[in-house]
Amino acid sequence: MAHAQPAGRSGSGKDATARPVPGDGKIVLEQAEIARALTRIGHEIIERTRGAEQVILLGIPTRGVPLAARLAAGIQQVEGHPVPHGSLDITMYRDDLRLRPARALGRTQVPPDGIDGQIVVLVDDVLYSGRTVRAALDALNDLGRPRAVQLAVLVDRGHRELPIRPDYVGKNLPTAQHEVVRVLLTEVDGEDAVLLGVAGDAAGGRSR
Amino acid sequence: MNRHLISAADLSRDDALQVLDTADELARISDRPIKKLPTLRGRTVVNLFFEDSTRTRISFEAAAKRLSADVINFSAKGSSVAKGESLKDTALTLEAMGADAVVIRHNASGAPHRLAEWVRGSVINAGDGAHEHPTQALLDAFTIRRRFGRSSGSAGQAGRGGALDGLRVTIVGDILHSRVARSNVILLHTLGAEVLLVAPPTLLPVAVDTWPCAIDYDLDAALPKSDVVMMLRIQQERMNAAYFPSVREYSRRYGLDSARMAQLPERAIVMHPGPMNRGVEIAAGVADSPRSTVVEQVTNGVSVRMAVLYLLLGGAEGSQ
Repeated sequence: MAHAQPAGRSGSGKDATARPVPGDGKIVLEQAEIARALTRIGHEIIERTRGAEQVILLGIPTRGVPLAARLAAGIQQVEGHPVPHGSLDITMYRDDLRLRPARALGRTQVPPDGIDGQIVVLVDDVLYSGRTVRAALDALNDLGRPRAVQLAVLVDRGHRELPIRPDYVGKNLPTAQHEVVRVLLTEVDGEDAVLLGVAGDAAGGRSR
Repeated sequence: MNRHLISAADLSRDDALQVLDTADELARISDRPIKKLPTLRGRTVVNLFFEDSTRTRISFEAAAKRLSADVINFSAKGSSVAKGESLKDTALTLEAMGADAVVIRHNASGAPHRLAEWVRGSVINAGDGAHEHPTQALLDAFTIRRRFGRSSGSAGQAGRGGALDGLRVTIVGDILHSRVARSNVILLHTLGAEVLLVAPPTLLPVAVDTWPCAIDYDLDAALPKSDVVMMLRIQQERMNAAYFPSVREYSRRYGLDSARMAQLPERAIVMHPGPMNRGVEIAAGVADSPRSTVVEQVTNGVSVRMAVLYLLLGGAEGSQ
């Protein structure tokens, strides 16, 4: 499969690649590009936080969690010290709980020393309306008082509904609201890819 | 899940596992400095207790408050019930106040079922007569699952925990008057455990042969093949006849003392829903031993009830 496909590439994943892709939708990021984006975000975190000494990476389930773990591993490779990482489930803090049936909870796992006085970097796969991040900020509030909170996302697809902006972005992806962005990660889905499709395509995966 | 939780039979295997998995995650909240979630903010939970209760009422109250619901406690003593108000009129009063959930304990079997026809909110049975006590069964299942390492937290990852397949649970004592026993038999069977009831024939209910469990009269024979022993209290306040010659004789044949506990397999646990009568159905040394889960059961009760309240009230109305 060719490397570094431009984002605006047309044609579906089916006919443009040798590898079958679950569901329909065009590939906007491939495995190598995701890896490169994460490496860059890792370096940006190190730069912005002066060595990432006091950084805690908290992934938002489901796909933010493996992303946080990958970022932590990447930063450790460069800086040589381990970076604590965990997960932050936001289900109980959502503002749309009453709009849908009660859903299963994810896991919140915070490093044992807590988050007080640390720089917490929230990690998620796709930034869309910003409501997930708002819920995450509320959830953090109940866990302690970090010195600062930053936001890292693999894909920023726009259409914010709240005054929230990311600090680290893997890829800015201009989308229409009827489009669906799906992030596939090896840890969850068996392979790495970011797909852009039209609503209704993404029956099997999480649509955002 | 159904809108109400009246019987353990309302729960399918998937429902029950969902409650237990949710409770696994919620149990972690109690380790935090701020033990509160905003999920049920603005919702009202009424604790409607027509019968005395310590742990169930406090447990439901703590669970509702940790989820930020408003809690109204109602006990029959000191209310208009003492002036002769009927259950229906009480229910309509609650309805007029806009209760989103009613947690009811009543000495009449079937009272929660009737109540569910009169109120719009969810009805949660917190014990009705000798009928059912489904949240107790859920917290017992939760405790068993944790002790045997089958909860969703045991692998360090969120997700589906296991059921209780293959575990042998022996329930001993006053089955006749026990709502805990009935709910446990139903739920543990749903979750795949093999349940054995051990009691004097006089303390077994009439149609017990139709329950999904085995029956025995000899505790000493049952103990070596039990993974879990659940001791039940002799409910003297409900007894209007002589069911056994003397408390001492009952205790000799059906009480769990240290010598009997020694017959249990190595990993086996001893449970008791409380309140205990030490020296009757369970010896003090057994109740305080490391095998005993009595205190754990109380702690787990809050997490399980939080899970039930969340799953019944947390989502969209009428969507469940």
